[in-house]
Amino acid sequence: MKKVNKATRKNFLTYALVIAAYGVLQSMVSSGSISSAMKGMLVPICAYVVMAVSLNLTVGVLGELSLGHAGFMSVGAFTGVTAAMALKGIVASAPLRLLIGMVVGAGFAAIAGVLIGIPVMRLKGDYLAIVTLAFGEIIKSIVTNLYVGVDENGLHLSMLTNKLDLGEGGRMIINGPMGITTIEKISTFTAGFLLVMVTLIIVFNLVNSRSGRAIMAIRDNRIAAESVGINITRYRMTAFVISAALAGAAGTLFAMNFSTIIASKFDFNTSILVLVFVVLGGLGNMLGSIIAAAALTILPEALRGFADYRMLIYAVILIIVMLTTNNKAVGDLLQKLLPGKKEEEESHG
Amino acid sequence: MTTLINYLLSGISLGSVYAIIALGYTMVYGIAKMLNFAHGDVIMVGAYICFFATSRYHLPPLLGVLGAMAVCTVLGILVERLAYKPLRSAPSLAVLITAIGVSYLLQNGAQLLWTPNPKVFSPIVGNGRVTLLDGQVSVSHVALVTIASCVVIMLGLTWFTSKTKMGKAMRACSEDKGAAQLMGINVNRTISVTFAIGSALAALAGVLLCSAYPTLVPTTGSMPGIKAFTAAVFGGIGSIPGAMLGGILLGVIEIFAKAYISTQLSDAVVFAVLIIVLLVKPTGLLGKQINEKV
Repeated sequence: MKKVNKATRKNFLTYALVIAAYGVLQSMVSSGSISSAMKGMLVPICAYVVMAVSLNLTVGVLGELSLGHAGFMSVGAFTGVTAAMALKGIVASAPLRLLIGMVVGAGFAAIAGVLIGIPVMRLKGDYLAIVTLAFGEIIKSIVTNLYVGVDENGLHLSMLTNKLDLGEGGRMIINGPMGITTIEKISTFTAGFLLVMVTLIIVFNLVNSRSGRAIMAIRDNRIAAESVGINITRYRMTAFVISAALAGAAGTLFAMNFSTIIASKFDFNTSILVLVFVVLGGLGNMLGSIIAAAALTILPEALRGFADYRMLIYAVILIIVMLTTNNKAVGDLLQKLLPGKKEEEESHG
Repeated sequence: MTTLINYLLSGISLGSVYAIIALGYTMVYGIAKMLNFAHGDVIMVGAYICFFATSRYHLPPLLGVLGAMAVCTVLGILVERLAYKPLRSAPSLAVLITAIGVSYLLQNGAQLLWTPNPKVFSPIVGNGRVTLLDGQVSVSHVALVTIASCVVIMLGLTWFTSKTKMGKAMRACSEDKGAAQLMGINVNRTISVTFAIGSALAALAGVLLCSAYPTLVPTTGSMPGIKAFTAAVFGGIGSIPGAMLGGILLGVIEIFAKAYISTQLSDAVVFAVLIIVLLVKPTGLLGKQINEKV
């Protein structure tokens, strides 16, 4: 057998686990042994997994903190859904329309990524983080005040107030603060799974390529990378724009799973939520991101039994996980406490 | 002209609130090099404490404010000791996520304790207004008190950091923690004091904010928190005069954008100005330019 290096083995393990998870879940869905609440979460989980993996490219591989990743998701969601809805009479097949939607969403998010990347990539550290946050908020404000409609003459756009003069048979698509209200739910779990796979293939191939090594060299030491002739701006932009495009496709997938979607869904809190997935899963560790995204999307649902306390418990779990993984003393203490607990239970039993 | 003055005054008043919150961010950042995302929620806790003290238990407003500041001081120190101190040597992203966890904890704790129903906050200094220039310019008492407290805090903090022993210790710690420790400065205590001051200021800001915008819900603190964080970066994070300047400018820009450009897009304008400023001055208005050593 040919020897494969460690990174490749880990990548294949990730692919295998994702395919296995899809197989198990899909068979559970077809046999009906999965609750309807869980079933409804399958597509959002896929979308969040893609978000987490793509943000991991910016935060883990490129090493820049981005606090506005939901902005790209928003751009992707609104442009992708608009495209899919505008093509409704023209393209009959729903999966094809979803695909076109995702491609359009990814394309617009990539354009947004380039536009935002030009100023952002001039900055460093926390200043870069705050500018991504600012762009996220700007995108939210703009989309909230955007009106888009379609009639036989094509798409119509207006800002702030609804000045669209739609012809006969025209339809509103984006209705300002109301968002999009008549989405056809064409996202499927299979489509989500395929998007996750495509994302993984893109990210793994990028990370293990010459460009990927250049990007990681910039992360580890910018000045050293520059001095060996790496074009810093170009590689940072590459990673940032790919990350944005993938987030855009995830946005389309996410939006097409609900009948209505509003701009404020993709706010600062969503960006933070995805960042939590990335940090908990481990920086640069794509499998970790996938597991963290899936587990933390299910966790609030799994804690539903605790009703009002569930978000409180979620917060406490988040803090405890951070403390135990990053502080030796707390970790040791917990290690000591846990076997102690078992002994107690045994003696009681 | 008079409308311009009116807008300017309300901008400065809103900006003063941002400035007071931004001071908490900037002091903590300067000394602990961490973005304390839970700071916005301390504002909310302060406002709730003052609300209950004055509306439920009918304490005089001054006692309500002092009570809120005391509770938030204790809260700030507790959070620092329990959640941030164990992570002193951890990567900064881990601390950031912990701060987000604390923020969720405070928000959801408040939701459980005080329900998500909005409370109507009554202004601590009443609803009176002062009119000037034959009634053409009018300022609410709340705005005057806000601006006055901002000035007092600015002078007080400047005196504190330049003249007192603890203030000097703070500056030393933010410059170089290791060297400060070698000089016999208790770094942990200094950081705790910084959190205490920041949280007390946040409580005051919460009361002032809710006096001007009286709806109080468990998420009241998040948006002003983000804006104040922006203000701190705007002025140059880590710099106390920078936080003041950034806060007031941000408030003025926000009110002017609301008045002259568009109410709905005012947030977008504020953030766009921030981006432009950072492109021209990448470390904020009064931030220090740090040269990288190779």
